[in-house]
Amino acid sequence: MSALTHLQRLEAESIDILREAVAEAEHPVMLYSIGKDSSVMLHLARKAFFPSRPPFPLLHVDTTWKFKVMYEFRARMAAESGLQLLVHINSEAERLGINPFTHGSARHTDLWKTEGLKQALDQHGFDVAFGGARRDEEKSRAKERVFSFRSAQHRWDPKNQRPELWRLYNARKNRGESIRVFPLSNWTELDIWQYIHLEDIPVVPLYFAAERPVVERDGQLIMVDDARFPLREGETPMLRSVRFRTLGCYPLTGAVPSRATTVLAIIQEMLLARTTERQGRLIDHDSTASMENKKAEGYF
Amino acid sequence: MGAPTSLIEQDIEKYLVVHQNKSLLRFITCGSVDDGKSTLIGRLLYESKALLEDQLSALEGDSRKFGTQGDELDFALLVDGLSAEREQGITIDVAYRFFTTERRKFIVADTPGHEQYTRNMVTGASTADLAVILVDARKGVLTQTRRHSFLVALLGIRHIVLAINKLDMVGYSRETFDAIDREYREFASKLGVEHIVSIPLSALRGDNITSASANTPWYVGPSLLQHLEEVAVDAIGAAGPLRMPVQWVNRPSPDFRGFCGRILGGRVRPGDRVRVLPSGKQSTVARVNTFDGDLAEAQAGQSVTLTLADEIDISRGDVICAAADPAGLADQFETTVVWMNEHAMLPGRPYLVKLGANTLGASFGQPKYLIDVNNLDHLAAKTLALNETGVCNLTLDRAVAFDAYADNRDMGSFIVIDRLSNQTVGAGLLHFALRRSQNIHWQAVEVDKQARARQNGHKPCVLWLTGLSGSGKSTIANIVERQLHALDARTYLLDGDNVRHGLSKDLGFTDADRVENIRRIGEVARLMVDAGMIVITAFISPFRSERRLARSMVGEGEFVEIFVDTPLEIVEQRDSKGLYRKARKGELKNFTGVDSPYEIPESPELHIETLRSDPEDAATGIVDYLIQHGVMNAAG
Repeated sequence: MSALTHLQRLEAESIDILREAVAEAEHPVMLYSIGKDSSVMLHLARKAFFPSRPPFPLLHVDTTWKFKVMYEFRARMAAESGLQLLVHINSEAERLGINPFTHGSARHTDLWKTEGLKQALDQHGFDVAFGGARRDEEKSRAKERVFSFRSAQHRWDPKNQRPELWRLYNARKNRGESIRVFPLSNWTELDIWQYIHLEDIPVVPLYFAAERPVVERDGQLIMVDDARFPLREGETPMLRSVRFRTLGCYPLTGAVPSRATTVLAIIQEMLLARTTERQGRLIDHDSTASMENKKAEGYF
Repeated sequence: MGAPTSLIEQDIEKYLVVHQNKSLLRFITCGSVDDGKSTLIGRLLYESKALLEDQLSALEGDSRKFGTQGDELDFALLVDGLSAEREQGITIDVAYRFFTTERRKFIVADTPGHEQYTRNMVTGASTADLAVILVDARKGVLTQTRRHSFLVALLGIRHIVLAINKLDMVGYSRETFDAIDREYREFASKLGVEHIVSIPLSALRGDNITSASANTPWYVGPSLLQHLEEVAVDAIGAAGPLRMPVQWVNRPSPDFRGFCGRILGGRVRPGDRVRVLPSGKQSTVARVNTFDGDLAEAQAGQSVTLTLADEIDISRGDVICAAADPAGLADQFETTVVWMNEHAMLPGRPYLVKLGANTLGASFGQPKYLIDVNNLDHLAAKTLALNETGVCNLTLDRAVAFDAYADNRDMGSFIVIDRLSNQTVGAGLLHFALRRSQNIHWQAVEVDKQARARQNGHKPCVLWLTGLSGSGKSTIANIVERQLHALDARTYLLDGDNVRHGLSKDLGFTDADRVENIRRIGEVARLMVDAGMIVITAFISPFRSERRLARSMVGEGEFVEIFVDTPLEIVEQRDSKGLYRKARKGELKNFTGVDSPYEIPESPELHIETLRSDPEDAATGIVDYLIQHGVMNAAG
């Protein structure tokens, strides 16, 4: 029997983490963001608990500003996995009509996602929440624990993290406190795509190149996904062959010109490309330490 | 990503097959402040082309803003992720970094140098196969170098790279390199590290990072990256006997009972004989189940679900072992503990220990000695303070399966958790079981609690009556026993006063003695429950923690806490034994309710207010509770 490959080791570690968290949790939930990392995480969860179904629901903290195709994909994956899908929409943000155009990406993300997530966790009383974040995504995430403790106010204290040794995860907490668990901590973007390729995991079609209506704004290609997109003077959506390396709210997600229509072509393009996936995310560019600040406040 | 661009362009599928079969090396970098760890990692990422355009442009911007290298790129900024440490100019936590070369994938733990964050270095080292220890060529081997080397060796890392850095600052002097190499090897020989490779480096200038540097023609060994790609490391435990701690029991339907876990040692195939610890029961592996179909064999590192040929009781925390070579089973050990918290370890204080999939009550003895990391001397100590390492005995509240850390890292390691803050306050390695516990083997008995319950026609349990002196506990307990006896139940009444005449004759009424008294009663009750009886106890048992202790000694649902609630003014007024009067006059010390507290039960199974019901009705209520909860049938 040959030695385990890198991907086999990553898979085994993620399954180990998922099982350990479930065994220690009272009321676990998996945060499902519809993106490729969520697809992989859900796939791993189905492996971890097979032949049982994963013993937790999926939670999508919706901003109402995702791509239309993402909503279709979400419904399909919930049906295929047989898991209960909870969708939370921050009613306060809805009432205020928060959107990225008038309120800016920072306020938009804070109200819809950060606040929305806290509300949903409190409302359902979830004590353990799985997230698909990877350490290679962003500098402050490189220091994140696999089991990351959050105070009753959902705050992350980067200077007071629990030491995490061997494969012994400390999941103890008091009532009201919670743990975010990141089973994909040690995966890289390449690992994710390679695993999607090997395991034939379904992902949102937006990752593949197609002719899509886009406008160029502030150096980013933004897709005009619906009529809520306010066109500026002189802006006309142009059909271009583009794809997305990362998926968020459509007005905040930059597309890249591409002809990659298969997973293999995506991997090829990624290996030859010279920019990281988070470049398409406008929120990281707000300020140098922006992600760390968001996380301290409770963003995933 | 250091890949041959042409292969990616021409045959991506072929490239991926190669890439997919790469091995993985996890290593840590450690050294003193300003030895250049972050710069070295930044350089490795840069040289292996793991950096992309936007990261490079962010780095250029950050270098201008925060950099310490003038107009040049400050690679350290790549890895110093948190804004707090950017301000201080130091790394304060463990950061994990990823890069890939033609031959290997790497996960790097960047660990901090200065003393107060040693716990993070231990964290990084716990999952590493190799350690890169940096030394500033101008400073040589420092206290921190020794400390980190000691911890690396303690945590079982067998490969050390001594990266003698900043050699450009000493004119690429061979004499300096040789002198540091010699001094280090002399120290390291005492640590028992098997493989040490010293490499002359300048992380800042890039000397000997990826290829031989023209500045050090006298050095003929491998470059750092070359060595990292080629060094052969094998996981501890992989070649040993089967070990699989059960994390989760998988029961999708009545006809499937699978045991989920990660294999931490050896291999497993259908047909293998296994022994389950702590029960000691044996069976045969029926199937190795996975989502992708059954496996003919699984090996250390894989997460699987095993089904067994026999129906035996297995729960989370049990360990499935090779029948011919099972793990040890003990509740007392000699251990080495690294303390990681500002509050020192106190001998005798109750902590929690997580070991495999078990979380156990635990306490440490007084340290036998501390280890002075500078010279490895043994020092006397009463406690363990932050960042101190010492050898202590560990006592757990029940026996668990284990291997010595030296034989299997994952079966011999534990973390210590504070009961109140839930913080991870320490980490430890098991060396061996202490003889008194090792020689008492837990007998797998044929006639168990369930069998006795069947014969008795009822389940066993403890009816734990608690309340103030004179509240009516004994009166009610007596009636309960009479009623149960009439229903043909096997009962035994443990009464406070009677126990004080025998079992606890040597104890007084101080808090410490009360704790010990309840512990003894709890143990006796536990044995009687195991014997299948319904045990009725009537003790003041004023402290929540000891009632919790007694509860923890028996199984789920076997402990019925009954609060016999009579207000203090009423019992004092009745004062049938004249004790309250004595206590008020000061003739009786530590009397509950007078000068010693009674902690009211927070959530007892039954709450009897004696002012509202007479003792006969209260007793009937208790018997009804047992019938309702399936302990016994109404007909007896």
